[in-house]
Amino acid sequence: MTSLPLSTRLAHRLNTVPLERHWTVMGLLSICLMASIGLSLSLGSFPTPPGQVVHALAAPAESDIAFIVWELRLPRILLAVLVGSALAVAGAILQGIVRNPLASPDVIGITSGAAMASVIFLALLSTQLSIGWLPLAALSGALFAALLVFLFAWKGSVSPTRMVLVGIGLSAAMGAVTTLLIVISDDSAAMTAYVWLTGSLYAAQWHDVVGMLPWLVLALPLCLGHARHLDTLALGDAVAQGLGVNLLRSRLLLLACSVALAGAAVAFAGGLSFVGLMAPHMAAKLVGRQFARLAPASALIGALIVLYADLLGRVAFLPRDLPAGIFVSGIGAPCFVYLLYRTRHRRD
Amino acid sequence: MPLSSALHARLAAEHLCAGYESRRVLNDVSLAVAEGQLTVLLGPNGSGKSTLLKTLARTLTPSAGHVYLDGKDIHHRNTREVATQLGILPQGPVAPESLSVKQLVSMGRFPHQRLWRRNAGEDAEAVREAMAFTDVTDFADQSVDTLSGGQRQRCWIAMVLAQQTDLMLLDEPTTFLDLKVQVDLLELLSRLAHERGRTLLLVLHDLNLAAAYADQLVMMRDGHIVTSGTPNEVFTDHNLKRVFELDANVILDPENSRPLCIPRTRPARNVKQPARAPAAL
Repeated sequence: MTSLPLSTRLAHRLNTVPLERHWTVMGLLSICLMASIGLSLSLGSFPTPPGQVVHALAAPAESDIAFIVWELRLPRILLAVLVGSALAVAGAILQGIVRNPLASPDVIGITSGAAMASVIFLALLSTQLSIGWLPLAALSGALFAALLVFLFAWKGSVSPTRMVLVGIGLSAAMGAVTTLLIVISDDSAAMTAYVWLTGSLYAAQWHDVVGMLPWLVLALPLCLGHARHLDTLALGDAVAQGLGVNLLRSRLLLLACSVALAGAAVAFAGGLSFVGLMAPHMAAKLVGRQFARLAPASALIGALIVLYADLLGRVAFLPRDLPAGIFVSGIGAPCFVYLLYRTRHRRD
Repeated sequence: MPLSSALHARLAAEHLCAGYESRRVLNDVSLAVAEGQLTVLLGPNGSGKSTLLKTLARTLTPSAGHVYLDGKDIHHRNTREVATQLGILPQGPVAPESLSVKQLVSMGRFPHQRLWRRNAGEDAEAVREAMAFTDVTDFADQSVDTLSGGQRQRCWIAMVLAQQTDLMLLDEPTTFLDLKVQVDLLELLSRLAHERGRTLLLVLHDLNLAAAYADQLVMMRDGHIVTSGTPNEVFTDHNLKRVFELDANVILDPENSRPLCIPRTRPARNVKQPARAPAAL
């Protein structure tokens, strides 16, 4: 070993570092998430010491606070984790497809499509249909928006830049419809719509968790199976094609995963913007941009962000229960500006 | 080049027409890429050389004609299977931020990998060998975007090498690089053809470098091939005038007797002529 030149020895050493670091980061994030779930379970408007919470989890039948822990907090916490990871992975996929760190489900119109559909539902249909149909309306809105973006961006093939531009245009148009509907609808519907638009996990129940779970179970393995495809797409269309990637097929499949994840998340938790933008970017700083590493790390970070945003909303302004979206955006907006600032300086 | 030779070449184009939108760039081009040699496409801007390369690389679909790889139409073959035989380096590729050299070179293994089947040993060996051949092993763990232009281009070539294809198409691999770096890259590519028996097709801009390193030159103008052959056959003042509208003297390099062109300089227009003596009365 000593006979090797310094640079080679350094390379050997460096070579082992990223791998170890990747696992360390994943381990730490997982521990952090578990601890945060524990913390979140013990905090709330009704004081519950951790010991009693553990007891309630282990033996619900003997506990006085079983209802609080099992029916109020746990589904809400689990939904926060699922929604956060789904949005984060959806963002990571989009940033890969579009080859731009500023892409996110908000930018290409998925969120605004879901928002418009939900507001249409709340303003026009909620008198005939139960509120339980809202997630379905939001999800179809997201799919519809994605389909429109894809259709308008289609020109023999789909260029990522055109997709972003079309997405931004469509988002603006759908935002206008959303605002118009809120303005003309009655006060209570407008209020519900407004809270939904901000993004809230208020009164999340087990059936929401159960409704959200299949989308993750379906889309996560599918996009992870195409992790290498996404990595090659990052090298540019011509290179990816030279390496034997079927551009259209891979893009469609990955885009479908992203839409399913973001659409489902928005359907169950409303417009929690910025998680899809922030989480992948933070994860990339920790584990790099290779998708097989980026996706799990993004998922954990996204879960943490939404979990803490919801926890803050629940306990920081008692007795008021504020929508998690406020806190996500509160951190997200400055983060976005910082990203823009850095990108501009890198290009100069 | 006679069309019959297309039967023996692994990569060949027949009566190819191609272009963008409604603008047709290639007009009935037929070409057989010589095995185990370095072929260079030359031509003025807009002559269709990059379009021809892209169509051969299946990046562009031709409007008429065919590209054959091993006798089968390349545009109808499984793209991943083609990628195990034909490597491509497009013009001016950009590596994503913070991608390391080794990660980039490893991407070349993509067509050989499947989700359920990948030979880690074979992959590692191909990557190691490609990095050694292009001399980028020393910065294997550095991020590609921190390297100089020449080093970066060597990394991209290493990626295509790791793909372990017999055929390689490279679009302007030396553009915007210093002369010394261009020479180093062309040495590297010509070693690939002559020592490893790879078949290379390059688009180059520099006439003299092309004449110095190519085994075969293909000269294009206005979307068709004007002439092709060895540099000594086709790199003539007559052809340079015909293809590039360039007035040049072609001389032979005394060391290796390769042709070299020296553009003829025209006298500048506004130089003061010596005052003419008044006509004698």
